[in-house]
Amino acid sequence: MRRFAAAAVLAGAPLALAAALWFGSVDLPARAWLDTVAGGGGETSREIVWGLRAPRAAAAFAVGALLAVAGTLLQVLLRNPLADPAILGVSGGASVGAMAAMLLAWPQWAISAAALAGACAAAGALLALALRLTGWNVHRVLLTGVAIGAGCGAVVSLLLALAPPGRLHGMLFWLLGDLSGAEHPLAPWIAALAVVAAAQALAPRLDALALGQLKARSLGVAVGATQTIAFLAATVATVAAVLVAGSIGFVGLVVPHALRLAGFGEHRRLVPLAALAGGTLLTAADTLARTVVAPLEFPVGAITALVGVPVLLALLARSR
Amino acid sequence: MLGTAGLTLEVPGRTLVAGLDFRLAPGDCCAVLGRNGAGKTSLLLALAGLRPPAAGTVRLDEAPIATRPRREVAQRVGILLQDETESFWGTTLEYALLGRFARAGATFGADAEGEAAARTALAEVDLAAHAAQPFRTLSGGERQRARFAQLLVQSPAAWLLDEPLAHLDLGHQAAAMRLAGRLAAAGGAVMIALHEPMWAARACSRALLLYDSGRFQEGPVREVLTQANLEALYGCRLEPAAAPGFPLFLPAS
Repeated sequence: MRRFAAAAVLAGAPLALAAALWFGSVDLPARAWLDTVAGGGGETSREIVWGLRAPRAAAAFAVGALLAVAGTLLQVLLRNPLADPAILGVSGGASVGAMAAMLLAWPQWAISAAALAGACAAAGALLALALRLTGWNVHRVLLTGVAIGAGCGAVVSLLLALAPPGRLHGMLFWLLGDLSGAEHPLAPWIAALAVVAAAQALAPRLDALALGQLKARSLGVAVGATQTIAFLAATVATVAAVLVAGSIGFVGLVVPHALRLAGFGEHRRLVPLAALAGGTLLTAADTLARTVVAPLEFPVGAITALVGVPVLLALLARSR
Repeated sequence: MLGTAGLTLEVPGRTLVAGLDFRLAPGDCCAVLGRNGAGKTSLLLALAGLRPPAAGTVRLDEAPIATRPRREVAQRVGILLQDETESFWGTTLEYALLGRFARAGATFGADAEGEAAARTALAEVDLAAHAAQPFRTLSGGERQRARFAQLLVQSPAAWLLDEPLAHLDLGHQAAAMRLAGRLAAAGGAVMIALHEPMWAARACSRALLLYDSGRFQEGPVREVLTQANLEALYGCRLEPAAAPGFPLFLPAS
């Protein structure tokens, strides 16, 4: 089971990326596609593969990795199997900012800036309310994050109700997760590499922390510092993912659990595999989202759930 | 090795221990006895530096334990916790290996020495056959023994065992107490919170009785574990039973 899962993840990543370069609203013959990928090909196919599809596929992969690693960290930090990047309320804050900006018909960069401001406001509120002086209480962090998220959800509903029909479509897509605006993969890749490196460095501490704070301290872990770094890494990952792709659910929840159920409990293996599997899942889901009803697009967040739910349910049914 | 000076432990509305001056030296095997809620666990946690005292200090090698880095403390003091979360997804061997954290540091998880130590520890607690089994599928008693194995891997100088016999069958209770005795004989400083005075009388050299309202009594087991003391400690009538070589009391029928 472990070997098979590891092989599937390692083989799936290049396959998903190749498929993302091949499939799209324009059909490329296999020969032309191979030529283009090998560095030749016509100008049109080069523009399609390297100009349009490659940046989007790269961005999708990085976002998927960010979400999966954020979920892995939060499930340990909050000691809650249901924790995913949305649970901190950070993506809720980003949604409020983005919805307000879209309602006002601001340009794309301003929407991103508003989402960033919203995410920072939510993360700041969480830090101020839950971590202020008293240190890390898992239940308080969890409830505060859920409350902030619920409040943001209410504001988003109000903004949607105010939205004119012409803008509603774009707003809904942002809320469900949408990679059509993801043209610049560099920033999410830098964020993803930094977050994976941080999580990997924490890996043995996370193993101990999963047994509880008291146990981790008794084993020699500096719990406060570990939690702070992990929390910051998860927040950075969530914010980076939300800014690129809106709020994509489910990747951060399902990927770590699927890997744990497949037998990867140690974080030094779980973290890199989660990054790869998350990237693969989101890249594949985005390829489906933009090809199934091409030239229209599905919201990629709906596809991640449709693909991920059966996988998780099957693993749950098999596990002891 | 481990000592307290004027140690006072409180929970809201109640004093558990008031002004305890106590030393745990290499070779000691000291039982902690008391009613439910008397403060046995709180005392062990305080000795491990995991619970701040209301007053007084805990000293490890003559330095206040609270000021020392957790990694250094974990190399000297290990504690078998009474209850812990069971959200561990790895195998029993990986669980035992976590005890290695304080010594392995950056190479954690990849050292052959650690794995050998973990296998030896699992064999010591009769779990060698379960090494590759997922930890979460172990039974309650097997988990308790896996915790003991993890502590053996940690290999501290002071061993604080909080109800090490919980969930164990009689045979494994005896094995756990023999193991504790060997740890003390090998120069470890051992302190065990127990619910069964019989094991204290049989396997320990000293006993610390925690009475209500912060009172305590400490000394060699033969002096401390008397019928009168134990009746006061547990608030129930006892009667002596015939036992070879150590004091034994059973609840009066």
